Amino acid sequence: MFIDTLLIGLSSGAIYSLMALALVLVWRSTRVINFAQSGQAVLSTYIGYEISLATHNYWISLPLAIAVGALIGSLVDLLFMRLLAKRGTTGPIAEIAPVIATLGLLGLIQSVIGLIWGNAFLQYSSPLSAKGFTFGTHTIPFSPQNFFIVISASVVLGIFGFVFRFTNLGLALRAASFQPEIAQLSGIRVNLVRNIGWAFAGAAGAVAGAVITPTSTLSPHSLDLLFVSGFIAAVIGGLDSLIGAVVGGLVLGVGFAFILQYISSALTFLVGFIILMFVLLVRPRGIFGERVNRNA
Amino acid sequence: MKTGLVVTNLKVNYGAIGAVKNISFSVLPGELVAVIGANGAGKSTLIRSLSGLVTPSSGSASWNGSSLLHKHPEQLVREGIVHIAEGKAVIPELTVAENLALGGLWRRDKTDVSLATKESLSLFPALATRLQQRADTLSGGERQMLAIARALISRPALLLLDEPSLGLAPLIIEQIFLAINHLRVQFGMTVLLVEQNAMSALKIADRGVVINLGEVVTSGTPEELLSNTQLREAYLGI
Repeated sequence: MFIDTLLIGLSSGAIYSLMALALVLVWRSTRVINFAQSGQAVLSTYIGYEISLATHNYWISLPLAIAVGALIGSLVDLLFMRLLAKRGTTGPIAEIAPVIATLGLLGLIQSVIGLIWGNAFLQYSSPLSAKGFTFGTHTIPFSPQNFFIVISASVVLGIFGFVFRFTNLGLALRAASFQPEIAQLSGIRVNLVRNIGWAFAGAAGAVAGAVITPTSTLSPHSLDLLFVSGFIAAVIGGLDSLIGAVVGGLVLGVGFAFILQYISSALTFLVGFIILMFVLLVRPRGIFGERVNRNA
Repeated sequence: MKTGLVVTNLKVNYGAIGAVKNISFSVLPGELVAVIGANGAGKSTLIRSLSGLVTPSSGSASWNGSSLLHKHPEQLVREGIVHIAEGKAVIPELTVAENLALGGLWRRDKTDVSLATKESLSLFPALATRLQQRADTLSGGERQMLAIARALISRPALLLLDEPSLGLAPLIIEQIFLAINHLRVQFGMTVLLVEQNAMSALKIADRGVVINLGEVVTSGTPEELLSNTQLREAYLGI
């Protein structure tokens, strides 16, 4: 029972990590909490759904949905964030405008999805079984699709980790997020690099949407709760740290699974917010957040 | 056309303090010119407008005949104009090696990048032993050295230095300025140095331009400027 719960927790935690990662990537590059992230992810999942209907093949739809997610992320930056940054450069509006814009964008995306696909619950299915693995007579609540979720999240996190740590692009991404002006004066095309950050975030959200949706249904709001968990995970991890996002996601996923199993399903979200409050009160910079003042 | 840096009637609106009202001067190729002035005289605004960080409202600035204005800083870096920002401009969260690498990320000629890195490290040997340390573990002087070393890896033709002495101990300032002077000798670089510390700057400069409240007060050789008692008392603070 303990192992079962742990496995289920890892599977949902992996998805939270991906969502948290998407938020952290945007936060690091643009200092904006992207509330549109769940909208972007659900839109790319709808596109994946359409492709899977047309091709009858989940495995073709998955990479294309990810590519579309990256494209959406890049476009959100180009069409919204960059224009806003140009317009509202002074006053209190400068800090608030982008956040409000992402909220507006979320509503816009979800309305457009509603107009195109309606609000019905659609089935975006994967060929992998959603039935748990069976060992002898014991069936665990961990299915091949859950296994695939953990694997794909690990692959994405591994790729991002590698890119950030060991490539020139990763160095440019980190430099541009820590000190954009110095990065620019060193010759880094900060706008371009920032846009790549948005595309990466969009891709991470798209992976989350495309691998989790086959375990339930697809609707304009089907990823909203995932966003909340991802946000809590990101904050637990310090909002600035990629590793923090992953750890935050896993902690939350496993925590939720145990509460669900041993206490009550009614408590899961409450506990999520209690954890969030606790982290904010005790360690406001998050578990992996930097103490250093960036303006120093 | 090797005319060096030519700034003509430059005007930058930048709030009440630190605005540039009307500044004209030039720096010949290979020359080291120090722009001297008190806090808020417009020094930083001037240098930031030359590197593309702020947009002047009127006037012109060119390097060897081509205009510097309305270009992004990352574009100007590619044209050989590198600005080292005020106050130990390194990225504290990155290692020393990563900070150095930033200067060469955009360059195609990777052989020359590694050559330039070697040259920079031999100029500042203190950095060579700390490549894997985070930049925020360095002392103020070492950070300034790192900022200069990173700029060198971009192979600048014109180096714009904003207050390299800021917050450093006198002995360290002397070392940094010796190194800056050495750059000119070794690489034939043209240097525009913006400084509040008039004494240190004029020691290595070929010429000085004194600015106050966004306008040029006077200019001349260090000897001329330093021999003017009135000027020393009013603007140089020495």
